Amino acid sequence: MDLMEKKILALLQQGLPLSSKPYEEIAQKLSLSEGEVLRAIQKWKDRGLLRRFGVVLHHDRLGYRSNAMVVFEVEEERVSELGRRLGTYPFVTLCYRRLSRKPWWPYNLYCMIHGKERLVVEGQIERLLDENGLRDLPHAILFTKQKLKQHGPRYFYREVSEETLS
Amino acid sequence: MVIDEVDRKIISRLQSGIAVEEEPFRSVALELEIDEGELLRRLQGLVDRGVLSRFGPLLNAQALGGGVTLAAMSVPEDRFEEVTEIVNSYPEVGHNYERDHHWNMWFVLLTEDPEQIGRVQRLIEKRTALEVRLFPKEKEYYLNFQLQL
Repeated sequence: MDLMEKKILALLQQGLPLSSKPYEEIAQKLSLSEGEVLRAIQKWKDRGLLRRFGVVLHHDRLGYRSNAMVVFEVEEERVSELGRRLGTYPFVTLCYRRLSRKPWWPYNLYCMIHGKERLVVEGQIERLLDENGLRDLPHAILFTKQKLKQHGPRYFYREVSEETLS
Repeated sequence: MVIDEVDRKIISRLQSGIAVEEEPFRSVALELEIDEGELLRRLQGLVDRGVLSRFGPLLNAQALGGGVTLAAMSVPEDRFEEVTEIVNSYPEVGHNYERDHHWNMWFVLLTEDPEQIGRVQRLIEKRTALEVRLFPKEKEYYLNFQLQL
């Protein structure tokens, strides 16, 4: 990314202005044209830097207060197949493979479940274990006790002045 | 939090993203058959009430060339507040959650440069005198954050 793109991104991260011509507002703050801002965003999209441009929810405010991270220790040969399979459950919101840290953390497959009620989430975890023969696989269930911070990334905020950001 | 049917429709629609165009909200309003002004007022209302954190880009940190990893700490109960304050003070720390486990604090580290991950890790370790363990992602099988409303 060049400096212009970094500045645009720094501003967009704060949230798109909620107005009819939001990119024009961003452009004005940076003394750029609306076209330059739109072209930069389109370029990031084409290159896969931008997953999407949309709303970021505070899911707890919408009643999704029972969240669990379920981790498994899966053999190398099985992990990809199982990861893809667990990702197809509608209540699984994320499914990742991460480096295990044996012996104190043997787990390499991570699933997140976001739900409204703990009992329901517990039932969904039971389903994952039963339907995929995972009961005897070493695993751990980490329910969320509280959210301590929720903030999106702050890339390149040093590239623009505080007045521009405010 | 009470949201009405129209809010619900708006959130559901916007979870899947908007087009990159001069007047992005106009097409969404047309699609939802509401007035653009009302759409913008409602969006602002949802932000003000804390239902939406922001409306913006969801980046692929790895494609951007930045560092990204999950991190965990085991924080003694009587130091939890103090350590939370230190960890949260770093702009590189995104989400941070307390979880029901021996490893009870889990957060995401995001940096512009992958080498900065280790630097932030060491800074937090130094200030808290606790270990920060890193769990980098190896493969993503599924990612969906479109909640059923």
